[in-house]
Amino acid sequence: MDDLMTVVDWSRAQFALTAIYHWLFVPLTLGLSVIVAIMESIYLKTKSEKWLAATKFWMTLFGINFAIGVATGIILEFEFGTNWSNYSWFVGDIFGAPLAIEGLLAFFMESTFVAVMFFGWNKVSPRFHLASTWLTAIGASISALWILVANAWMQYPVGMEFDPAQMRNVMDNFWALFSGMAVNKFLHATLSGWALSGVFVIGVSCWMLWKKRNTEFAIRSIKVGAWVGLAGLLLTMWTGDGSAVEVTRTQPMKLAAMEGLYKGSKSQSIVAMGLVNPDKTWDNTEDEYLFEVSVPYGLSILAKHDPNAFVPGISDIIEGFDINEAGDTINTVSYAERIARGKAAHEALRDFDKARAAGDKALENDARARLKADYPYFGYGYFESVDEAIPPVAMTFYSFRIMVILGSYFLAFYILVLLAVYWDKLPIERTRWLQLLAIVSVPFMWVCSEAGWVVAEVGRQPWTVQDLLPTRAAISSIPSSSVITTFWLFAAIFTLLLIAEVSIMMRQISKRSSTNLETANL
Amino acid sequence: MDTSDSKKQNIFVRIWRFYYEGFRSMTVGRTLWAIILLKLVIFFVVMKMLFFPNILQRDYATDEERAEHVRHELTDPGRSTDGGIDGGNTTLSGERNAE
Repeated sequence: MDDLMTVVDWSRAQFALTAIYHWLFVPLTLGLSVIVAIMESIYLKTKSEKWLAATKFWMTLFGINFAIGVATGIILEFEFGTNWSNYSWFVGDIFGAPLAIEGLLAFFMESTFVAVMFFGWNKVSPRFHLASTWLTAIGASISALWILVANAWMQYPVGMEFDPAQMRNVMDNFWALFSGMAVNKFLHATLSGWALSGVFVIGVSCWMLWKKRNTEFAIRSIKVGAWVGLAGLLLTMWTGDGSAVEVTRTQPMKLAAMEGLYKGSKSQSIVAMGLVNPDKTWDNTEDEYLFEVSVPYGLSILAKHDPNAFVPGISDIIEGFDINEAGDTINTVSYAERIARGKAAHEALRDFDKARAAGDKALENDARARLKADYPYFGYGYFESVDEAIPPVAMTFYSFRIMVILGSYFLAFYILVLLAVYWDKLPIERTRWLQLLAIVSVPFMWVCSEAGWVVAEVGRQPWTVQDLLPTRAAISSIPSSSVITTFWLFAAIFTLLLIAEVSIMMRQISKRSSTNLETANL
Repeated sequence: MDTSDSKKQNIFVRIWRFYYEGFRSMTVGRTLWAIILLKLVIFFVVMKMLFFPNILQRDYATDEERAEHVRHELTDPGRSTDGGIDGGNTTLSGERNAE
């Protein structure tokens, strides 16, 4: 067991490491490509060299990020085949189809239109060039769509039927993959890239103001970055609200973990700030928090858009207790029953296998029918105790608050920056504290973005595929030593890539900003 | 813009020249391409070939065999982790198997 858990833990750590590093590059690609496309659109409309210069400057930074980040995601697919082979087989074409589409789209769109973006300035017409810039931005978002559709399916598996003969989930409705969960996840993640890139553009531009270089260029860039970033952030908040409703409906345990809530109530408040009690378990009477500052009705509104709604906590969900919209107490399926039905599903699968080997069609059909009835709880059959079905509460709780608190800070930040560029009484070019604040804020936007991923991925534990396949069953039978070796290899490679990105980018920013950025001769 | 000469060229030649001239005219891009190529070599040659085989593709010839293996992995309470650090067999349910 120790070695299995070692393999599971190191494989999880490796996947988290690669996903977190990959996500350092992706949101900047998603957002900066849009900002560059908007700047080029303004250039084409105004024919102003100043906007062409701005387009080329930010396009260079986009190119650096794109080059360093490209293909880092492919490592995740390697890991599926080696560390997570049970998972890869079990999810079958449902997971494979979106990833294959993503791979093809990414290859063709990016290799074609990125090349035109960078090489085509004097070789294609201005309109064609602009179209290529927009198609690069759109292509990056479409790539993200397929990844997020696959991810959303793991959190809310629909549109398939399990075939015990193939041991795979077989897709029976492609369009079901575009569930509310998938749409919200796509919009939330993609638009957060706009918000992140806006902060990046403002931070770099404020560094130029701090150094008293290219003031007009910097303010022009800040305006575009701030408007795109603010729009992205507001839309991210809106889709985050939609995600909360979806999570409440499909992953109530994750929502309860996000809130550190064990016993729910009607008109449930939300904890704005607090410390979870590490001694609290689902079946003891300890307090949930060591201290908390709550907003009345907050969680009921967030989860169900109804201030009087009941929101179940971890203990309620485990015990199968809920209250519906009419106010009636209802019984959901308790976790003890889910575990029993999961084990029954495993037994049915074994019986199916034996019947097939014996050529007994009647027994095979009977086993298949029993498996189908209990399949929604298949994954629970791996647990011996309900404790194993609870996500890491503290990490999910704190990550959620880091994301929300930083997201709220950046809303205020954007408003402040826009005030400073349009209001004469707070001129950004002379407000040193605001310039410094903008520079210092840049890394915190990445912290906010990564915290969102931690909420989504840690909060769904112990599942790789919700209710069907727990993380520990998804793992391959491989020696832990090989996973540990590759973990450190990846840690080294990705750290070098990150150092390369930051140093090349800083060198380019410093070098280019010391020249006159009011002309397009970059 | 395309010149009339280049328009007369074969489409493949034009694409080739587009990329060729683009790469030749790069400044910071050369460093980036060096990083991209090095990265791809490390990922696809070193990592993929030496460290990240597709286990089911490598160890089983047919889909039936792969399905059989996964069925065994997911339903057999005596599932092994193949030695690992201590060389012992371990199980999903926490039992330790005697060799």
